[in-house]
Amino acid sequence: MATVTINGTVHDLSQIDPSTPLLWVLRDNLDLVGAKYGCGIAQCGACTVHLNGQAIRACSTPIGSIAGQTVTTIEGLAKDGKLHPLQQAWIDNDVAQCGYCQAGQIMTAAALLERKPKPTDAEIDDAMTGNLCRCGTYVRIRKAIHDAADKGGAA
Amino acid sequence: MNQISTNADAYFAAVMAEFEAFTPKKAQDVSRRGFFKLSAAAGAGLVIAFAVNPKVAEAATAAKEFVPNSFVRVAPDGVITIICKGPEIGQGIKTAFPLIVAEELDAAWSDVKVEQALIMPDIYGRQSAGGSTSIPANWDQLRKAGGVARAMLVSAAAKQWGVKESELTAQDSAVIHAATGRKLKYGELAMKAAALPVPDPATVPFKTRDQYRLLGKSYTGVENLEVVTGKPLFGIDVKLPGMLYAAYEKCPATGGKVASANLDYIKTLPGVKDAFIIEGNGVVSEVMPGVAIVADSTWAAFRAKAALQIKWDESNASKDSWTKSVTKAHEIAGKRGDTVIYSKGDVEGTFKGAAKTVEAFYSYPFVPHATLEPQNTTAWLKTDSKGDSLEMWIPSQTSDRAKTQVAKILGLKESQCTLHQTRAGGGFGRRLVNDPACEAAAIAQRVPNTPIKLTWTREDDMRHDFYRVGGFHNLRGALDAKGKLVGWSNHFITFTTDGKNPVTGGNFPNEEFPLPLLAASETTQTMLPLMTPCGAWRAPRSNGIAFAVQSFINELAVAAGRDHIEFFLEILGEPRHLPPQTIATLNTGRAADVVKLAAEKAGWGKTMPKGRGLGFGFHFSHAGHVAEIAEVSVDANNKITVHKLTVAADIGPIINMSGAINQCQGAAVDGVSTMMNLMVNIENGRVLEGNFTEYPILRMKDAPQVDVHFIQSNNLPTGLGEPALPPAMPAIANAVFAASGRRLRSMPLRQAGLTT
Ligand code: FES
Ligand code: FES
Repeated sequence: MATVTINGTVHDLSQIDPSTPLLWVLRDNLDLVGAKYGCGIAQCGACTVHLNGQAIRACSTPIGSIAGQTVTTIEGLAKDGKLHPLQQAWIDNDVAQCGYCQAGQIMTAAALLERKPKPTDAEIDDAMTGNLCRCGTYVRIRKAIHDAADKGGAA
Repeated sequence: MNQISTNADAYFAAVMAEFEAFTPKKAQDVSRRGFFKLSAAAGAGLVIAFAVNPKVAEAATAAKEFVPNSFVRVAPDGVITIICKGPEIGQGIKTAFPLIVAEELDAAWSDVKVEQALIMPDIYGRQSAGGSTSIPANWDQLRKAGGVARAMLVSAAAKQWGVKESELTAQDSAVIHAATGRKLKYGELAMKAAALPVPDPATVPFKTRDQYRLLGKSYTGVENLEVVTGKPLFGIDVKLPGMLYAAYEKCPATGGKVASANLDYIKTLPGVKDAFIIEGNGVVSEVMPGVAIVADSTWAAFRAKAALQIKWDESNASKDSWTKSVTKAHEIAGKRGDTVIYSKGDVEGTFKGAAKTVEAFYSYPFVPHATLEPQNTTAWLKTDSKGDSLEMWIPSQTSDRAKTQVAKILGLKESQCTLHQTRAGGGFGRRLVNDPACEAAAIAQRVPNTPIKLTWTREDDMRHDFYRVGGFHNLRGALDAKGKLVGWSNHFITFTTDGKNPVTGGNFPNEEFPLPLLAASETTQTMLPLMTPCGAWRAPRSNGIAFAVQSFINELAVAAGRDHIEFFLEILGEPRHLPPQTIATLNTGRAADVVKLAAEKAGWGKTMPKGRGLGFGFHFSHAGHVAEIAEVSVDANNKITVHKLTVAADIGPIINMSGAINQCQGAAVDGVSTMMNLMVNIENGRVLEGNFTEYPILRMKDAPQVDVHFIQSNNLPTGLGEPALPPAMPAIANAVFAASGRRLRSMPLRQAGLTT
């Protein structure tokens, strides 16, 4: 049975064509629409989720390739009703303009803070380079990541 | 089918006229809509003030809320609901509009809940976002909405205490009687206020700026929590019971029709429910011919779309070629244009008598909007014996127009159409056109009683846009013996679809800077033929003109051996507001003030290390005076780093400081992105680029620091979605020159081998 654990719940996805990208399974089958479609070819990062703790592009990850593994989406990032420090920092720094890219940005940043609890600017730029923001909120994204890191952002 | 019309100019002309026509006075007239005289008392003593949607009124009555008008509801528990009438596209009005209402209402911001209005222009007036006009056009209407509500609450408190209204003040969602220290919360007053007549809005005075408690401070966006937790907010997130997913393939060359398609095969593909040809109405801003696929998931629809084999009839389709246009423009640049569109003084005489003349050719390419949320709409046509109706969820900038368009396409009355405005993942002018909504309506018509969500692929989005038109300027300037600019001439080469007028975004404003400020100046124009649809792209016209004009002024300053800013201030001359002195005309005093502020904040004139330079740009557009200074370095490998952009802007008083700074930072980053990297190539009528691999939007590592400063002059507050973009591009080009000595006159700079 092809199961994937998503935000702590085991889902049987055996009825779905294994070539279907995770993004569309999340959005259309499981009603988890936080991960966004922006390019479909791993260029924009809007669809970023965690696979076993690593940031990946859901648009380019066929579900057949992740059987038995663990996915976390933006909907599962807050723990026990408490926002992830990055989510709080994003609100406090008023990062979003249109907001479309931001779930993906936060998921990439969350994986970064797991690896590097106190990233430098260069490490942030490097980790975030796969996430486009058409509205140009990069200045505030950087600031929000630092703020969350200062508050123990790996959470 | 009707004649194919690839010309969207008439559509845009109507949209733009709406945006450009208003003046503060007209905006005030509009504000009277939605304040119809109250009629009857309903249930529980609640008075429905005026043309509130009957359903909303009913619900409010049931909930026993005070509904003074269609913008405000006060519940007895103290929750104040403020309705945002316009679309949130990332420009921040879902926070800014309610703040304006709350200010005049004297509400505590923490008591405010924001709701999105349904699309009901007969109640709200214009419900669109464009031309950076949302704030100035709605300023009075929103203030009245809050002020009227406050007046009624004060009146209710005066009655309850038996004191004069003049003894009372309002603050933090409460009415206060200072003399006795008494206080009543708005919630406590709500149902008493509901029993009072609605005063004539004209009798309710606005607060003065010194009385503001909310405006001008920083507020975080009202939907930030939903954004960072991934809640469904956007058009693309809509999900309805039994919904199907649609994709739509159009001819890559505008104007092509479907000759045949492998529909039978497509219908056999997994998940596909139906596939059919749509003839459309041939209007490029509505429904062009194509093949629709309806499937049980977006992925199934996209996959089937990729398997489509369509024979296009391109006999009337676009054959546009960017490279041919560029060649043609170069050929004719040195001549005078076909028509004179502005002329003042003795231009040729001035050039003959000049101490020095400079000539340069500037160009910029076509660019798509590339909103990160691709175009989409969800449509649900319900047919039953009682009559048909349409329900639609739409991330548009002009949903009010969409309602008219889809009603027409489906043969319905507007009253049979319910439109829900969703948040939009970026606008930049793309969503002023409702082609996705019209396509969704046309598809829904073929699949009635089933909600269908049409989603464009990124490639659809990039190849079926209403582009920022490319353009060319052959500029000449004359300097006198003192190095003063005395003559100016521009041969502007643009495009036309109808053979009569330039395409949308491709016209040169008569009074464009610096023409009216000089004794001798002229603009002539030549139009090249075009079929590719063009539209309004963030700061239309200005986004290209500013680059050419403000870069050329730097060339002239250099030729005169003078400091750029000192040279520029001399052109501005004495402080004056150019006729006809509306918010649409340049005020040289406000301009000079932002220029000086930018210079001071950026450290203009400081010594820079080799390979590093400062560049300056100014532009007035959308009622905003904005100056920017870029700090750039260029290394031996032609790698450019934009270290910092300093923005100084005067858009009058600021509503939400955090939102305003965000708009400037975003515009500056957009400026760097567009200047350095962005263009599409058009050949054989096709836009060649389809995704972000070929259209490399700036990434974080290349984003500069952006410092933002405002002069909050005592003028009408105006919009900030656009005016901070145009000056960024010349500031960067001029900084590249200062840093490297290379004068780059063609956007994007990567064409010249420069990389970020
Ligand atoms: S949608 Fe997956 S990276 Fe763009
Ligand atoms: S906030 Fe709009 S794309 Fe990032």
